[in-house]
Amino acid sequence: MDILRFITAGSVDDGKSTLIGRLLYDSKSIMIDQLEAIEKQSKNREDGEIDLALLTDGLRAEREQGITIDVAYKYFSTPTRKFIIADAPGHTQYTRNMVTGASNSDLIIILVDARNGVSEQTRRHSIIASLLNIPHVVVAINKMDLVNNSQDVYNNIVIDYSAVAASLGLKDITYIPISAINGDNIVEKSASFPWYEGESLLHILENVAVANDINYTDARFPVQYVIRPQTDDLHDYRGYAGKVISGIYKKGDTICVQPSGLQSVISAIEIGGQQVEEAFAPQSVVIHLQDDIDISRGDVIVKTDNLPTIENELDVLLCWMGNKPLKAGNKYLLQINSRVVKAVVKEIEYKLDVNSLLQEPSPDQAQLNDIVKVKIKTASPIPYDSYKKLRVNGGAILIDETSNVTVGACMIQ
Amino acid sequence: MSENINLVDSSRASSELGDNNYRRLDYLDQLESESIHIFREVAGQFERPALLFSGGKDSIVLVHLALKAFRPGKFPFPLVHIDTGHNFQEALDFRDQFAQAIGEKLIVRNVADTIREKNLTEQKGKFASRNALQTFTLLDTIEEFKFDACIGGARRDEEKARAKERIFSVRDEFGQWDPKLQRPELWNTYNGKIDKGENVRVFPISNWTELDIWNYIRRNKIELPSIYFSHDREVLEYQGQLVATSEFIQLEEGDKVAIKKVRYRTVGDMTCTAAVESNASTIDDIIKEIIATKTSERGETRIDDRVSEAAMEDRKKGGYF
Repeated sequence: MDILRFITAGSVDDGKSTLIGRLLYDSKSIMIDQLEAIEKQSKNREDGEIDLALLTDGLRAEREQGITIDVAYKYFSTPTRKFIIADAPGHTQYTRNMVTGASNSDLIIILVDARNGVSEQTRRHSIIASLLNIPHVVVAINKMDLVNNSQDVYNNIVIDYSAVAASLGLKDITYIPISAINGDNIVEKSASFPWYEGESLLHILENVAVANDINYTDARFPVQYVIRPQTDDLHDYRGYAGKVISGIYKKGDTICVQPSGLQSVISAIEIGGQQVEEAFAPQSVVIHLQDDIDISRGDVIVKTDNLPTIENELDVLLCWMGNKPLKAGNKYLLQINSRVVKAVVKEIEYKLDVNSLLQEPSPDQAQLNDIVKVKIKTASPIPYDSYKKLRVNGGAILIDETSNVTVGACMIQ
Repeated sequence: MSENINLVDSSRASSELGDNNYRRLDYLDQLESESIHIFREVAGQFERPALLFSGGKDSIVLVHLALKAFRPGKFPFPLVHIDTGHNFQEALDFRDQFAQAIGEKLIVRNVADTIREKNLTEQKGKFASRNALQTFTLLDTIEEFKFDACIGGARRDEEKARAKERIFSVRDEFGQWDPKLQRPELWNTYNGKIDKGENVRVFPISNWTELDIWNYIRRNKIELPSIYFSHDREVLEYQGQLVATSEFIQLEEGDKVAIKKVRYRTVGDMTCTAAVESNASTIDDIIKEIIATKTSERGETRIDDRVSEAAMEDRKKGGYF
């Protein structure tokens, strides 16, 4: 049993909350008391049906306004997998929440209303999926019951979407016709679409090969904390605590510390106090080295034969999340894994129109939810990999030093 | 059963993964690694963290995760318990013995002292609870020790306001949570920057469910207070819930009191935690019951959540965990 993290993109109108409610309900993850609570609220509805969408709205303002404000996380599991759903709102003004939810996702479900086909919103969500490099995409064509379960409607949407996906370089796309409200093709394969040869949505989610997404080649170990008990019996103990974010480390490996470049050899690896021969992503471990060299939080231990890029001038695709606009020349803190450095945004090269993909060159500033290409200079060189190649070591955040708020998501090119 | 499933999984994946086939973490290992990573971020980013420890199962799992994150070193934080004075003695005894066994510092602050010193008014009524007053003592304790981060065992599957809270959740001077002003939390990068006076609530087991906790307890043979297992107890039957009789609950004429075989699914105050009827005396039995249950953890056992649809949201906004 492993974990699949996925995000659902779409608006309330696309039936997103209904879909999540359906997955939770049909996989028996909803308890009686939770159901009673939403039954109480559903009583006002004319058709008397339980409104599964109410299950996902957590805050009072959301229930009152019938909207989703923030990312909510939902959990369910089947005998083969544990699922973590990032439920992100679909409205334009909440791009930052979708980017947040997408950053950790293995898979995205893009909901398309069968009556409307590929919309601006579909395009926008697909662009974000591409920017955040989500490895797997499921295009769920919903409300098929409202188009008489028509294969032609379905096929046309598949053709339209394929063009969008090709222009964005999205890979591993699965298409599925569904009716979330009726539960068609959600947990069980439905008889409503005899022409559909694929499996149910849940079956797809249970079988996506996420283990293949782990990078076992490029070893990266950002040091989070140095364990030094300094007691009589552990006087010389010095362990570097952190998570292997990619690759494999073995006892005896020659390593190199970035950005200092100092070298040593791994003398021991511990997991939860037990000695092991090797550690691999995504294990949290303690690494010991043969030599007493200067290493502190924010340094990255790598292998001498596989180095990250070490630079202080970065090309970055940036999703701006601050309420105050971004202007060239603004200074921030840049945090990549455990490393924090001062940084300045030197230049805004262009702004990306998330509906048309057109680039507006040299805008004066970037507003909340804008996606811009920028040049960032850091106060000292940072070890990183391109986000496209290694997601776990190519994503960074910008922090406003005066408000401490996270204002930007950087995908380093 | 789960072992069979694992076998099927790995045989299917072996051709795709080649040599890396055995390098796959199961879900509990993945959750454990994520939580350890969060613990170490706290250690790396804050000067004066604390771990809120009640002797309940979630905070016990938290401490076990901290042991994995920091041993053979000492914890870079004390354990802190805000004692309402309405706790189960079994949980308090366990708390003290456990802290001593692992050799870590335990700080206890009492709600009763806050009530006396600050002239607070206690709730009245049958199940008069100190749940709301607890927040005063917590905030005073944060101020007393200048804690800048408080690690807690809240899980997102517990309650729908919790489902929206970040892993690093910034609170203002009054401990208040503003759901509309949450920092975006991307990848596994946690921004713990705060101003003086503010603090961060950190939830390392955000992504665990109740069942994950129990499966982890089983796999790691973690000891729990005895009240989690079936035992005889005098209980009051009240609106479909079973509440232990104690000095904190006022019995009235006509109250139905009986001795029943019960266990606790959560451990909070005696005044607001209900027991469930059960014969489950081992972890395996408990897990079977949880898989079969049709009521959520908080719905079945927490009287305090029933007040309104937004009870938890309101308490969080007021500085509660």
